[in-house]
Amino acid sequence: MSQGLRTVSGGRINRARPVRFTFDGRELSGLEGDTLASALLANGVHLVGRSFKYHRPRGVLTAGPEEPNALVAIRRDAARVTPNLRATEVELYEGLEAHSQNRWPSLGFDTGAINNLLAPFIPAGFYYKTFMWPRRAWQWLYEPRIRAATGLGLAPEHPDPDSYSNRFAHCDVLVVGAGPAGLAAAQSAAARGARVILCDEQPELGGSLLGEADPGASLGENGRDWLADTIRGLLANPRVTVLTRTTAFGYFPHNLIGLEQRLSDHLAQPDCRQPRERQWQVRARQVVLATGAIERPLVFPGNDRPGVMLAGAVRTYLNRYGVLAGRRAVLITTHDEAYRSALDLKRAGATVTIVDARNGASGELAETARREGLAVHTATTVIGTRGRLRVRSIRIQRLDAHGQARGATERIDCDLVLMSGGYTPSVHLFSQSRGKLAWSEGLHAFLPAESPEKVRCAGACRGVFSAAAARGDGESAGARAARDAGLTVDIVIGEPQPAQSSGTAAAGDLPQPGGAPPAKAFVDWQNDVTSRDLLLAAREGFRSIEHVKRYTTTGMATDQGKTSNLNALAIVARQLGKSIPEVGLTTFRMPYTPVTFGSFAGYTRGELFDPIRTTPIHDWAARQGAVFEDVGLWKRARYFPRNGESMHAAVARECQAVRSGCGLFDASTLGKIEVVGKDAVTFMNRLYVNGWTNLAVGRCRYGILLRDDGFIYDDGVVARIAEDRFHVTTTTGGAARVLAMMEDYLQTEWTDLSVWLTSTSEQWSVIALQGPRARQVLEALVQEVDLSAAALPHMGAATGRICGIPMRLFRVSFTGELGFEINVPADHGLAVWEAIHAAGEPHGITPYGTETMHVLRAEKGFVIVGQDTDGTVTPDDAGLTWAIGKQKPDFVGKRALERPAMHSPERKQLVGLLTAQPHVVLEEGAQIVLDARTTPPTRPIGHVTSSYYSATLGRSIALALVRAGRSRMGQTLYVPMPGEDLAVQVTSPVFYDPKGSRLNA
Amino acid sequence: MLLINCPYCGERPELEFVHGGQAHIARPGDPAECSDQQWAEYLYRRDNIKGLHGERWRHTHGCGRFFNALRDTTSDVFLATYKVGEQPPTQAQLKGVKA
Ligand SMILES: [Zn+2]
Repeated sequence: MSQGLRTVSGGRINRARPVRFTFDGRELSGLEGDTLASALLANGVHLVGRSFKYHRPRGVLTAGPEEPNALVAIRRDAARVTPNLRATEVELYEGLEAHSQNRWPSLGFDTGAINNLLAPFIPAGFYYKTFMWPRRAWQWLYEPRIRAATGLGLAPEHPDPDSYSNRFAHCDVLVVGAGPAGLAAAQSAAARGARVILCDEQPELGGSLLGEADPGASLGENGRDWLADTIRGLLANPRVTVLTRTTAFGYFPHNLIGLEQRLSDHLAQPDCRQPRERQWQVRARQVVLATGAIERPLVFPGNDRPGVMLAGAVRTYLNRYGVLAGRRAVLITTHDEAYRSALDLKRAGATVTIVDARNGASGELAETARREGLAVHTATTVIGTRGRLRVRSIRIQRLDAHGQARGATERIDCDLVLMSGGYTPSVHLFSQSRGKLAWSEGLHAFLPAESPEKVRCAGACRGVFSAAAARGDGESAGARAARDAGLTVDIVIGEPQPAQSSGTAAAGDLPQPGGAPPAKAFVDWQNDVTSRDLLLAAREGFRSIEHVKRYTTTGMATDQGKTSNLNALAIVARQLGKSIPEVGLTTFRMPYTPVTFGSFAGYTRGELFDPIRTTPIHDWAARQGAVFEDVGLWKRARYFPRNGESMHAAVARECQAVRSGCGLFDASTLGKIEVVGKDAVTFMNRLYVNGWTNLAVGRCRYGILLRDDGFIYDDGVVARIAEDRFHVTTTTGGAARVLAMMEDYLQTEWTDLSVWLTSTSEQWSVIALQGPRARQVLEALVQEVDLSAAALPHMGAATGRICGIPMRLFRVSFTGELGFEINVPADHGLAVWEAIHAAGEPHGITPYGTETMHVLRAEKGFVIVGQDTDGTVTPDDAGLTWAIGKQKPDFVGKRALERPAMHSPERKQLVGLLTAQPHVVLEEGAQIVLDARTTPPTRPIGHVTSSYYSATLGRSIALALVRAGRSRMGQTLYVPMPGEDLAVQVTSPVFYDPKGSRLNA
Repeated sequence: MLLINCPYCGERPELEFVHGGQAHIARPGDPAECSDQQWAEYLYRRDNIKGLHGERWRHTHGCGRFFNALRDTTSDVFLATYKVGEQPPTQAQLKGVKA
C-alpha cells in the first residue's frame, strides 16, 4: 500500500530508505525515522485499538509518551512479545511486527463492542455496585469475566531471553529532557565545568523542536547556529554523557534518579550479546528538570473517534514525519497557539476550519489564519461527531452571550479533527521529588514550587512555553545548578524567564445544549472515563479527588492520566463549586512511563539471583549423590540416597547407622563468633542467660540468647577456649543477626567493655562425628588430645591436631549419642572429612544429612530455634529454665521474664505428642484442639512444631507447643485434619534415652 | 535510596546501612528497679514524629559502626549524623542547614 499521505519534502525521515512492517498481519511500508504511529498514519490507518471498557474504536491521539490509545504489542518471537507499547514511541525497523490489543476477533469487528451499547448501564463504580452479591461469586464468576472482557495486552508465554544491565553513575548536574531548555541547561552547566548527564526519551536531541519545520528558527537570535553548535558541543564534551532513548522514570530521595535506557528495541536485528535495556541509578548533586508540557484534549461528545487528535500531534506528524494526518481538517481550540497547527496543515494542502470556543480570537496567529483564508468560527462549541471507524463529520453550535449553547447548529464534514485546550506542564518528576505544586490561575496550570531535593525546573515544565524563552530559562538554570553543585562560576548568570500564558482558556468540557452533561465525552481515553462518570461521582458524594480517582478510575491507567488529569479536576471542581487548588491534585508516582521488569531485575536472575553459599565438603556430598536443601543462602545436604532409595528409606538407614555405629555430618554452616578480650566473660554474662563465670577453660555450655523482651532469639554451644576467649556458635540462619545484636550492645550500651567480636563462620569447617563408635574412629586420627571419657567428658573442649591439622574439638551431641564436633580451618575441611570417612569405613561410617539430624534431635527433644520457637517462646516455655544462670543480677531478657504474663500457667509449653495410630505422621503447623468432632469454630490450644517418623522407635513422634502443656501429660488431644480428627497423647518431649546415658558414654 | 553520611566513612548509599530505630533510648542501668510499666515503655514505646527525628543507623556493609542521625521524616533530609556518645547538635548549630 502506498504511503499516500506523505508530503513531498521536509521532515526528519529518510525518504530514500523504505521500511516494511506489519500491523495485525497487514503488510505496510514506512520510512526510516518513522514511529509506528507516523507510519500507520502515512498509510491512512487511524484505527489502531479498542478501548479498555467499551471496546470503542480508537486512533492515534498524540505523538509522544502521553499516548492513551495507540497501545500495541510488538512481537519478535514467542518469547519476545512486549505488550502495551505506545505506537507513538515505537521506532520503525525493517520487519517490525505489531499487533493491536483488546479486540476480538478483529480490530474492525469487535464483539466486545456490545459493551459500548451497554455503556449507559456501566457508569462509574459499576463494579462496586453490581457485583456486590453474592460475594463468593467474585472468585469464579465476576472477576474472570471482567478480566477477559476488559484489559490490555497479553504477556509473552516464555521466559524473557534478553539480558538487562544496571549501572550506577554520579554527576554534578543531571538534566532531564533535551528540548530547548534542557539543551541550554546542559550546555550552560558544562561550560562551567560541571560533569553533566543529559537524558531524553527520544532517539534524537531537540525535544519539542523536532516537531518544528525549522527547529532552530523558533529559538530567537542565531537560533539555528546555536542549536547546531550546542548539540555538537555536548556530544564532543568528555565531561558530558548524552543518553538518548532514555526515560527518567523515577525521582527517589536524595537526588537519585532512575533512568531507563533502551538499547536495542529500535534495531531490526539486535545483537544477542548486547543488553536490551540498561537501568541507570544516577546520584546527581543538582538536577534540572526540562520535561516540557503535554497538550490537553478538549472534552466534547464523540471526542474519541479515530481521526480526533491533539493539534500539536498533527503538527508534529506533518513537520517531523512528513505525514498529513487528514485532508479535510477541523481545529477545535480554546487558545491561540493551536492555530499554528491549522496554518501548517493549510500550507501543506489540507482544508482547515477553525472552531474557537472563545468569544473572540484577535491574536496575531488568529489574524494570520483569517488572512490566509481559513474559516474561523468563534463563540462556537462542538456538540457531536460521527463516523464509526474514523471521524466523518462534527456538529457545531453557536454560543450565546452567556456562553450557553443555544444558537444555530451546523455539520462540518471532515476526516481529521484537531483539538487543543492548552498545555499542562509535565511536573511528574518534580512532584515525585516531593516538590510542592502551586496553582497558577493565569496559566491555568500547576507549576513547580518548593522541593526538599536539590532540583530546579526550566522551560515549559514551569510554564515558560516559547522555545526562545525556554532556551534562556535553561541557560539560567544550568548555570545556577553548576554553581550550587560547588563549581566556581565566574560567568554572569542570567535570570530565570517569567512564566507565560499561552492564551489558555479554562480546562474542562465544552458547553453543551441545555447545560446537560454530554454522553461519551471522554476525559480519560485509556480507562474509558467520561465527564458524566465524574459528575456522577461528585453527585454521589465523593469530595476528595483521590476518592473520585479511585471510584471512576480516572488517571489510573498505564498513562497515569497524562492527558486527562487536569480536565478531570476542572470538571469535578466546577461540579463541587470549588476552585481547582481547593480540590487538589492526585499524587504523581513513579514510573513516568512503564518500565520493564527485566530492567529492574538486571543481572540478578538465574544463578545470580541470590548468592549461593556452599561448604568445603559440598562437592564431596554432591559426588555421593546427596540431595540438597536451601537453608538461607546455604546449600545443605539433606540426605544421601543409595541405589535409588526414597528419602524415607535413606533417613531411616542414616538414623539407624548413627544410633548403632557412627555417622558423619557436615555442620560447617553453623554460625561462629569469636568473642575475645579481657571483659569477654562479663560480656557473655550480660548477653546470654547462662552463667559463664564458672565455665572452665576446656568446657562447653549450651547457651541461650534472648531479646530484651524475654523471648528466645538464638541458641548454640559456647566453648571457653581461654580465660579471655569464647568460641560461640549460633544457628545457621542466625549468625549475622546475632553478631549484629552483639555489636549493638557492645557499641552502644556497654562501651565500658573491652571485647572484640569476629565472625568466624567461614573460617571453620565443622564435622560432626556421632554414634557409639565415634571415639574408635577418631582415636586413630587425633594427636595431642586424650579422647577418653574421663579426660574429655560430655561438653568437654580441647585443642589439638587431627591428621596434623590444628583443631578445636568439642565433645557435644545434637543426636543423643556419643559425639564430637571437629573444627578445622576451612581449607582443610575436605581433607579431614575424607580422612575420617576412610578411617570410619571398617566401622560402617555413614554420612547423613539435615533430615536425619532433625529426626535424631527430635527423638531427644532438642529444640530448633525458629522451628520449635517463633519469637514468642520463653526459655521456660521451651523447658530450658535449667540453662538460666540463677545468681546473675541481669542479662538481656531477664527483666522481661519477670513480667506476670511470662509465667502465666496458661502459656504454651513444649511437649511431645504420640499419635494413636503410630504410623501417622502429623503435619507440622497443624492446630491442636481439646475435643474431637466439635463444630467450628474451635479454639486451638496449640500447634505441632516438628513431626517425623522415627525409625529407631518404629513410630511417629512430634513436638508441639500446647497451652499449659506440661500439666496435660497423658491427656488425649486432637489434631483436626480433613476427613478425621487425629487423636494424640501428650508426653514428654524426650522420646529416646531420657537419662542421657548414651551421650555420656 | 537515601544518601547517608557515615561519621566514619562519609557519604554512602542507603543499601550499605541498616536502620536501628529511635536514637537516645538508653537501657535502664538497673532493670530490676524498673516497674513493669517502665520496662514496657523502654521496650515498646517509640516516638512517631512528623518532622525532626533522632534515629540510629549502622554502617553494616562498611565500617560496621553504629551512629546517630537527625532526619526530617517529611523531607528525608539529614540535618546531621554524629557518633555514639555524642550529643545531638543544638538548634543553634543546626541553623542554616536546609531541612
Ligand atoms: Zn562507615
